[in-house]
Parts: sequence; C-alpha cells; structure tokens
Amino acid sequence: MSTIAKKQAELVEEFSMFSDWTEKYEYLIDLGKDLPVIDPQYKTEEYLIKGCQSQVWLRADKVDGKVVFTADSDAIITRGIVALLINVLSNETPQTIINDPLAFVDQIGLKEHLSPTRSNGLVSMMKQMKLYALAYQ
Amino acid sequence: MTSTKPDIEQIRKDFPLLSREVNGKPLVYLDNGATAQKPKQVIDAISGYYELENANVHRGVHFLSQLATDKFEAARELVRGFMNAPHLHEVIFTRGTTEAINLVAYSFCKAFLKPGDEILISAMEHHSNIVPWQLACEDRGATLKVIPYNEKGELIQSEYEKLLTDKVKLVSVVHISNALGTINPVKEMIRKAHEKNIPVMVDGAQAAPHLRIDVQDLDADFYCFSGHKVFGPTGIGVLYGKEKWLNAMPPYHGGGEMIKTVSFEKTTYNELPHKFEAGTPDIAGVIGLGEAIKYINSIGIETIGAWEHELLEYATEKLLAIPGLKIIGTAENKASVISFIVEGIHPYDIGVLVDKMGVAIRTGHHCAQPIMDQFCIPGTARASFAFYNTKDDVDRLVSSVTKAVTMLS
Repeated sequence: MSTIAKKQAELVEEFSMFSDWTEKYEYLIDLGKDLPVIDPQYKTEEYLIKGCQSQVWLRADKVDGKVVFTADSDAIITRGIVALLINVLSNETPQTIINDPLAFVDQIGLKEHLSPTRSNGLVSMMKQMKLYALAYQ
Repeated sequence: MTSTKPDIEQIRKDFPLLSREVNGKPLVYLDNGATAQKPKQVIDAISGYYELENANVHRGVHFLSQLATDKFEAARELVRGFMNAPHLHEVIFTRGTTEAINLVAYSFCKAFLKPGDEILISAMEHHSNIVPWQLACEDRGATLKVIPYNEKGELIQSEYEKLLTDKVKLVSVVHISNALGTINPVKEMIRKAHEKNIPVMVDGAQAAPHLRIDVQDLDADFYCFSGHKVFGPTGIGVLYGKEKWLNAMPPYHGGGEMIKTVSFEKTTYNELPHKFEAGTPDIAGVIGLGEAIKYINSIGIETIGAWEHELLEYATEKLLAIPGLKIIGTAENKASVISFIVEGIHPYDIGVLVDKMGVAIRTGHHCAQPIMDQFCIPGTARASFAFYNTKDDVDRLVSSVTKAVTMLS
C-alpha cells in the first residue's frame, strides 16, 4: 500500500468512529484551528485561490524530492478540509501526487465540499496541488 | 394595508417541496431571495401544458396552436395586471431579470447613449444591474456613475440629486436590495429624474414577490422581474417598458417572431411586444408564470407583505439576541431579507453547519461584491422569507445559528 493510500485508509478509519455529523464537523473545526498557518508573507494574491464563498491560500515547496504544501483559508471548515488534503498529499513525491487516486473525501462523506457549486476554493485547490506536483516533477 | 393573516398551514400544503427532509431534518427553506418554491398549481400548469396543449404560438391555424397562443397571451394579461401596466404590448417576456436589463442596456443605449454621456446606477446593485451597463458604457464611450448609500444601507438622496446631471441618459436602480433588504424610494427617485427628463429603469427582482408593483403609480419607464422569484418557473422573466421607449429602441435579438417581412435586402420588424421576443418563447414558462401570479393574487400581495413584515420583525429581534451577531442592512424601510455576520466567524461556516440542521440560507457575497467591499466583509449569511415561512422556521433558524456559533467559537 502506498503512503497516500495508507494515510487515506487511516482517515477513513478515523471518520468511521463519528456517530453523527456534529462530531465530524467538530473534528473538522478542530483540524482547521490546528492547521499550521501559511507564512503570512505568502498570504498574497499570488498564492490565493479565489472561491465565491471562501478563499484558500496554497504554497508548495520541494524538499528532498518531495512536495511540501502549506495552506490557509478564511473559513474554518474549509481550513479543516484543507488540513485533510495536506495531511494526505504533503511530503509525497510529485509522481505519487499526480498518479495516486484520491478517494477519501468521498469515503468520509465530505464530497459535497468538493462540489464545484460550493465554490469554496477547494476544487481549484486540488487542481492546483496537482499542478504544483507536475511543475516539480 | 390589509393585514389578514394568511392560512400558512393550508398554503404550505400547496408547496410539495416544503414537506421534504434535508439531512434527515424537516427542511426550513429561507433562501427565497435566491429562488422561491413552486406551488402545485404552477407545477401542474407546466406539466399539463406539455401533456395536453403543447404547440408553437402565434403561428399555425390548428387547434393546439390556437390553444397554446390563447394561454400564452392570457398569461401576458395576468402579468400586465400584476404590474398595472397600461398596455399589454408593453409587457415583454424575457428569460429573467438579467436578460431584461441586458435588453434595455443594449437596445436603449444603442439608440440613446453617446460618448460622454452617463448611466446612473446605485452602489447596492446586483451584478446583473451593474455589468450590462458597464458593457454598454464601454461600447458607447459613456461613463457609469454610482449613487452611494449610508451605513444603514439607504441611498443618499442628496447625492442622487447631485448626480442627476444633464449627462445622465438613464437611471437604473434596484427596488429592493437582495443583499441588504432595503426598499428604495423609487417613486420619489423616478419623480426627481423625470424633472430632468431622464428615464428610469427599476430592477424589481426582489420586490415583485413582496409588494404591489404599480408601474403607472411609480411612473417607471422600465420595470423588470423574474418568474422564479414569484413562485413561478426558472428561465422566464418580464420586462415592462413604456411604449414610447420600446418603439424607439432597435431590436435586441433577431430571428423568428420578431419580424414582419424578411428579404435579403431589408427586414421590417414586428409590432410590440413581439419585436423584442425573437424565437419560440418559453411557452410553458409563461403559462407557469401566469399560474404563479394567479396564486399570489389568490392570497393577496398586501396580505403577503404584512405577514412577511411580521416574520422580519420577529426574526430580527431573535437573531440580534445571539451574541456577536450583527445585521448588515438596517434601513427604515426593509423587506423580509436579513443579512448577518457573526463576529470572528466566516459566513460560509455558518451556512455549512445550519445546512446540516436542515436550514437553507444563502452565504457569500450575493452577487453584490461592491456591497461587501463597502462593509469590509467577505460576505454575509442571509435569511430571506416568503409568505409560506412560519415563526417556527425562524425559531429553527435561530437555534441552528446559535448551535453553529457555539461549535465554531
């Protein structure tokens, strides 16, 4: 099992323990509060992914052959989901990020947040993460 | 104003969607500003048309074509009555408010807007009443001017008067702001513009479901609204225009229906209203809209307005009791729209959590980004009420927002 698959399986396992939506969202909110905030100097137009509802800032660096993502959002639930995506995709090789399937969002019942109609910046963020990986290949 | 309370319980039975569940909870639908739900009568009229009456209008001598045309034109008469337009041919069907504004921005400006001229709008317009004018001004070398509003969300009338110069060729202003709920004094604003012979267009998208529209009393030159916000179908809307302007304006779209004669050398255009209705219209949409207007008439728009006002006052008081909650848009004269923010909390987070509790509200900039910029906020959460909403709905909203705020704090 690849590390991305392993990390996703762990998340699915973790989320399966929540008995209702309240617990799930409280967890997301906590994750959002804990997300290491992007260095303020990068919270600029250049790193901004504009959503109609909420916004996301995303930056990627290449460290020892792996892509390291840092990000932030102005909405806390979006930030919680950003934290999940970073947890899964950060510190992986560009090849893995490009090729490995990302199925956990659906499996933990957060698919609605990645719908284009939400316009919260997350769909564009995922695209952007893959683009960074392509650039760092 | 009559204030007989409508029989809400009975009314709600007419709206099939209102009895559904969302996220395992009975739905509380408070996004009427975005679109309103449809009564069974409207749904039946649309499916009935397709089941038994479908034919193209204004052509063909066969029975069904005649029937469809009669129903189509009967709906136009219902719309005429709804707005108290003087003439039937001044009522033009469009795809919605947006298309109605685009039509006027294109055709009026093509005829009357010259380099150096100005179009005047307000700072609380929906993007639909900003961008078409920007396009027209860009095309004609004209300038777009903007009437400012105060911290309550009321247009500053003294500034408006100053902006009404000889350069202004048209004023286009919203009747009720979708983001702030402000009811603008359009009658008085039209009077002031007319003193200088400047015509006025009114965006009535948010007003038509809530208050009596009387284009003659307002003396509006153009007035438009959308079918889907008055409990009718999506994709259909109305433009009222004074005959003298509509006749002086070139067509917006070319095609069938809008022509009298066509040759490769010269085409002559049809009479009003067909001149502005190119192509096969949304016949089912028009019939559905007619049915929606009948439905509103059966309750009475004054009764609707009075009940919504009661809901507005009740919800305002209850929401303001939530610590840190601030209402954006506190005009003296306000419709049943409450935009709010909670200190330190992003409106999107509130929207996501109350949705989990079965409450549908809108969050974001409400297609009115300049308003959000003026208040220096990323957006608001907005509850907008219709006559089928109840005080229980308000209570569910308040308890859901309270819970969301607790979770997010």
